[in-house]
This record gives sequence, structure tokens and C-alpha cells, in this order.
Amino acid sequence: MVTAAQVREWLSEIPDPEIPAVSVTDLGIVREVEARDGSVTVVVTPTYSGCPATAAISLQIDAALRDRGISRVEVQQRLSPPWTTDWISEEGRAKLESHGIAPPNPAGGPRRCPLCRSTSVERVSQFGSTPCKAQWRCRDCLEPFDYFKCL
Amino acid sequence: MDDIAEFALRMGDNALVLGHRVSEWCGHAPALEEDIALANTALDLIGQARMWLELAGEHLGRTADQLAFTRDAWDFRNLLLVEQPNRDFGVTMTRQFLFDAFHLPLLTALSGSSSPRVAEIALKSAKEATYHLDRSRATVVALGDGTPESHARMRDALDILWPYSGEAFLADDLDTRLVEAGIAPDPSSLRAEWERTVTSALAEATLDAPGSGFFHQGGRDGSRHTEHLGHILTEMQFLQRAYPGAAW
Repeated sequence: MVTAAQVREWLSEIPDPEIPAVSVTDLGIVREVEARDGSVTVVVTPTYSGCPATAAISLQIDAALRDRGISRVEVQQRLSPPWTTDWISEEGRAKLESHGIAPPNPAGGPRRCPLCRSTSVERVSQFGSTPCKAQWRCRDCLEPFDYFKCL
Repeated sequence: MDDIAEFALRMGDNALVLGHRVSEWCGHAPALEEDIALANTALDLIGQARMWLELAGEHLGRTADQLAFTRDAWDFRNLLLVEQPNRDFGVTMTRQFLFDAFHLPLLTALSGSSSPRVAEIALKSAKEATYHLDRSRATVVALGDGTPESHARMRDALDILWPYSGEAFLADDLDTRLVEAGIAPDPSSLRAEWERTVTSALAEATLDAPGSGFFHQGGRDGSRHTEHLGHILTEMQFLQRAYPGAAW
């Protein structure tokens, strides 16, 4: 019989559809996993309310569990407490940075350029290529980069 | 209709109609960064609209999509402000700022609602509205205190939109019942904070608030929308009207 820990392990292999460098568990959007009598319930919370990835993630979770032989799968959405970037795991933060995305930082801006590590950076725009990111630029290597903004 | 459903329509329709308006800029904004920012703001608002309309739908036995795409203009409960046309970038950002300065304190107050569903949607939305207000305020300041051309356009934008900015704070019987039930704050109680936010931003922007105290109303109770709402709906609802129930 499948266990919740096993399910979490499987979920950790599902990439975020828009930032495939991190998994859905790295992002901290999987709030609960319950495995009972062969049926599995996964509770997820959306990142941004309009983020199109949310629906895609629910579908991927459903498909991944069915592929592993779980026939009774329920993916529930839960709004409260609202998702916060504090729930991104340490591993997730490291993966973001190695993928060229500066991880969220409580100071409100990136700690350093994810490419050359310079701390001399400036904001281009509070909004970026997805709802969760802002656009920044490095004053030293001059490269633009994404910053995963705090929420 | 029960009070929570009616209230959720007011919240959801503000987000839906403004989200649609802002999305009209997609691919047309004056700079790439602004295009992306506007599209993201629209996306947040459409997401918030879905949450509110789902809540309304739970009480009305309809889906969020049915509420968005098959109601007529007189069934919409959004403020007149958010249905006003985009005109130029200055009008768009002024409209956004006047709305955000009201929306954020409202959502913050709703986070303590006696209705857990209202509170959780508000708490989620408030985080996004914080970013919206940051940006719309900064843009109003930059354009107001910018070139003679941008200053003149922002002054015109204020003249056009100001008469639509007061409706948000006019309480009616529904508001009184919502206050008694602890579901929502009295809208008039949000006015002082809105005025502080707007006054300080306009001062930095070297703009004067128009003096008129006359405000159009009729959006939040659906009694008299402006002609612009119908035009939005013809485009937004076309597909479900022409092909009812179409899904893909």
C-alpha cells in the first residue's frame, strides 16, 4: 500500500511547468498528502491567484500518480493560509539560483547577481516573465536576470 | 440573492472588469516592461475574479465562468471607475492607482471578515494588490512629475476619472447588513486612508486633485452602468454567447 512519504517522493520529481528547475515540493505548494487504502489526496495552494501554472500543476500531479498505479487521486486547492515564498525549500532556493533566478530575499530585492555573484544590482521592473518574478539587472556583468519576488 | 453572493459579485466584478480592461493593453503598451507589468496585473485580477465569482457561484448554484460570461450589463456589480476605457497610458495608470488605493485597504480589512471564505480570498488578494499599488503609485508620480506632455496628460486623466472615484465609498443597505454581520467594513470608513494615499501621491506628482465633490454612481448596485460596460461584454462574452457551453 502506498504511503504519504512515497507520494511526496514522487511529487518531488514533478517540475514546476514554468520554472522546471524546481519541483512542486521545492516551491512549498504541496500542503498535505494523505494516503489511505490505496487512495491519495493531495492538497495544493496556488502561488499567485491568476497563475496559469496552478491548473497545470494539479493536472500533472493527477497524471503522475495515476502513472504509478494510483487510481483514486484527488487534488484539492486550499487558499488559506496563503502561499508565501518563505515556504520555498533551501534546496529550491539553491536550484533557482543555479538556474539563473535570484531567490526571494526578505530585504525586497536579490542578494546578488545569480550569474556573477556581484551585489551591485538594480531593478528594471517589479513585474517579470511570470507573476512570481521581477526583472533586475547586474551593474557589473550587465546581464539582466529574473528575481523571484517575495510574497 | 443572499448578501455574501451579492458582495462577492461586487468584489469579483471589480476584478473581472478591470482585469479585462488592463488585458486590452497586452501587446500594445509603450514599453516591453510596461506590457509585461500590465499583463501580470491583469492576470492577478482575473485570478481574484475567479475566486470571488466561485464564492458567489457557491451561493447561486452557478459556476464562475457562467457568472462571468452569461450575465448581462445590469447584473454586473463593479464600480463605474473600472469600466472606464483605457484611452492613453496615463488614464490607464491613473484609473489603476485610484482603484488600488481603495482596493488594498478594503482587502486588508476583509482579511478579518467573519466569513472564513471572504477572509481567505482577501488575504490572498491583498498580497498581490500590494504590488499593484506600489507600481501604479510610482507610475503616477513619475508621469505627473515628468515632461510637460506627460504632466498634461495626467492632469487630463484625473479630470476624466475623478467623478468616478467616489462611488466606492458610498454605503447602501447591503453594506449596512454586511457591517452588522461582521462580513465587510463600511466603505465610507475606507475613505480617509484612500484620501491620504491619493493626496500624498498627487503632491509628489505635482498634480492637483480636482475640486469637484460630485460623483457618478450606479455601478456597484447595477442600477446605471456607463455605456462602456456593454462594449466590454460584447468582446469578453462573445464566445460563450455565440457557442453556449463551448469548452476545450
